[in-house]
Amino acid sequence: MNFVDFLLQHSPALIVAIPLLGAFLTPLVSRINNKVRNIFVIIILLITTSIVLLLALDVFAGNIHTYIFGAKDLTLPVVRILFEVDAMSAFMAIIGSILLLVSVIYSWSFIEENSGLDKYYTLVLLLAAGMFGMMLTGDMFNFFVFLEITSIASCALIAFWTNKGKAVEAAFKYIVISSLAALFVLFAIALLYGQYNALNIAVLGSVIQFSYLDKIALVLLVAALAMKAGIVPMHMWLPDAYGRAPASVTIILVGATQASLYGVFRVCFTLYGNTINLSPTSIGWIIVLLGVITMLIGVSMALIQSDFKRLIAFSAVAEIGFIFLGIGTGLTLFANNQMFGLIGSTAMSGGIFHIINDSLDVGLLFLVAGAVYYATKETSLDKMGGLARNMKYTTIFFIIGLLAISGIPPMNGFASKLLIYESTFQLNPILAIVAILSSIMLLAVFVKVFHSVFLGPAQPKFKDVKEVPKTMLFAMGIIASIIIIFGLFPDLVINNIVEPAVNALINYSEYIRQVIPTFTGGF
Amino acid sequence: MIFNFPFIAVIALILIGLYAIIFRKNLIKMVIGITIIQSGVNLFLITLGYREGAVAPIFTSLPSGTEIPQGMVFPIPQALTLTSIVIGVAVLALMLSLIIHIYRHYGTLDVRKIGGEK
Amino acid sequence: MNGMSRIVKTITSIVFPFIMIFGLYIIAHGHLTPGGGFQGGAVVASGCAMILVAYGSVWTMGKIKEKNLSILESIGAICFIILAILGLGFGTVFFKNFLVGSNIIFGIVPSFGSTISNINTAGVIPLMNFAVGLKVIVGLFGIVLIMAYASRRRDNK
Repeated sequence: MNFVDFLLQHSPALIVAIPLLGAFLTPLVSRINNKVRNIFVIIILLITTSIVLLLALDVFAGNIHTYIFGAKDLTLPVVRILFEVDAMSAFMAIIGSILLLVSVIYSWSFIEENSGLDKYYTLVLLLAAGMFGMMLTGDMFNFFVFLEITSIASCALIAFWTNKGKAVEAAFKYIVISSLAALFVLFAIALLYGQYNALNIAVLGSVIQFSYLDKIALVLLVAALAMKAGIVPMHMWLPDAYGRAPASVTIILVGATQASLYGVFRVCFTLYGNTINLSPTSIGWIIVLLGVITMLIGVSMALIQSDFKRLIAFSAVAEIGFIFLGIGTGLTLFANNQMFGLIGSTAMSGGIFHIINDSLDVGLLFLVAGAVYYATKETSLDKMGGLARNMKYTTIFFIIGLLAISGIPPMNGFASKLLIYESTFQLNPILAIVAILSSIMLLAVFVKVFHSVFLGPAQPKFKDVKEVPKTMLFAMGIIASIIIIFGLFPDLVINNIVEPAVNALINYSEYIRQVIPTFTGGF
Repeated sequence: MIFNFPFIAVIALILIGLYAIIFRKNLIKMVIGITIIQSGVNLFLITLGYREGAVAPIFTSLPSGTEIPQGMVFPIPQALTLTSIVIGVAVLALMLSLIIHIYRHYGTLDVRKIGGEK
Repeated sequence: MNGMSRIVKTITSIVFPFIMIFGLYIIAHGHLTPGGGFQGGAVVASGCAMILVAYGSVWTMGKIKEKNLSILESIGAICFIILAILGLGFGTVFFKNFLVGSNIIFGIVPSFGSTISNINTAGVIPLMNFAVGLKVIVGLFGIVLIMAYASRRRDNK
């Protein structure tokens, strides 16, 4: 067996193990030299990213990988801890690895002058391990453990600038919300375990009955994970956390939020997939409505903000609403085969494609906001102006992000939003109108920002502002080029990456059959 | 009826904890609320694995004459509870250290006096 | 927090070794009796915290460097992960218990059913318990020490 096959076979475990090992090696490595430490962290994440891509290539070709810890074969009844990677997990892992890699490259200059950087990098790698674990695991309890690792690491990173009171306050809000959410998840897992004596997602999915207790567990799981994803009634932690964390942390937090979204979809489609006929449309409609409210509240709150990063944070809330709208439309029609083929699959492609677009667009805008902060030490929109003269590359990246987030044609946001408009219009025209309206309002919001930050008269106090260092420009350049490539060739992305992910969510029986070969059910 | 008491206690603990988080104004009391909820969930997990008159599930030192596996309590919920306790320690330590920082900045632990943002 | 009275200090010095032995026993017998790395580590760390309370955080901070604690903690975690990766190297999969049945250390496979507890069993599990125990002792003690030290500075301001 050659090395690549070996790597591929063990990739699910290595994707989590390598960042974890790197996290604990970082305090030792940082005793040598700061530069060595930065290079070490980047190398660790490069290795992880290449393993993710290797695994994703194989998974998108149609294989589902299961990896059993501690034993060669699975024993029935399933008692082992296992990782199960289908196309949806691989899709999420790709997003996570891009964001992490960009973040550490950006961090090189951005937080260079702070103290305690070895702990910063340790936490970043721990967060990476937690995020990848959430995306790849096939076990409910394991999911809870990785959820907690992610929230502990990200809470400590939000409070990284402890000399600012607001940052610590935001971190406290975040840890209260996320530990509450995680305890609800654990309670729901206990409810499921008490009934079916299993913790494995596939095993639970094959026997689930949709009894009264199952409904309670479903409500707890969806509510708790939506709380962690920042859906509107429970979104109040998100602007604080995104706005107060360093920009290089915020972009990873976007990825961690997407991991919670992935949890919602995994629960709705795979864990409760077999009972979808028993609960015709209600859960789908709830998700659609949550999405619509999230979009509206997100953009209207973004309109009145005067802080650069808080404004982007509220537009990130609105963007998550688009994803919920797309996937919820698919879930609403899931039981209806004919309608699903017509509308539902388009809506789901749009929703899933928008996950990657959202994280790239919002991530780029946060990096630009961080760059402006780095250059001017200023976050209030009212006090900035005329920066386009001094920071021309940053301005170009901001224009790319602006066009992408508001869905203007040559950028990636257009493709996914068009799919969502098209399909939701056929479900209910009002949904599509609300979506288009919020998209236009996003454009208005960011044009306002563009005007007040980059255009306008030159401020005398910003006369000496210089362009940010090259590593930060390079990090922004990576995301901007991915945005443009995705915008120019959306069909390539949809056919090769998004469609397999959509099919993986729909064909939950394939996922279950990997563990229980005798399972008969589904379509 | 007597076997339902632990479940009633679980619900009571969770509600008390939620009350503390929502209505108490002191940050330390909010943290206590979270630990109460955690105790409730842990109690729920342990209760799921309980069997009347069973012994601890240590395979090599069972009393002679124990039926296997009917004579032992379920080990898995206990392992889950242990993991949850370990995580709870980490979360608790993190929250308390954040509270130390908040107290340094604002000089108070009252949520009404710590500045919020719109 | 400054040191407490002489009585407390003396009693602490007498009790401390017993707490250490009890905690280390729980770590070492984690694969035979209830307990393991985390539980034993918590016992040892609370013994250390007792010293901290009795002698004061300034005295303890003078004896132990915070940086050394974080390095020891990393070493504990690294040992754990390397043991898991060794399972991939010597055995077949990640976390494979590759020492079971070998004659090196902890290699005996006990006979089925109720037997006399033999410490020389269970493969890599005792080694992992040691790694976790080291990490928990240093980690928990570090948390308590730093919190005590941080809140102390506030008092003297």
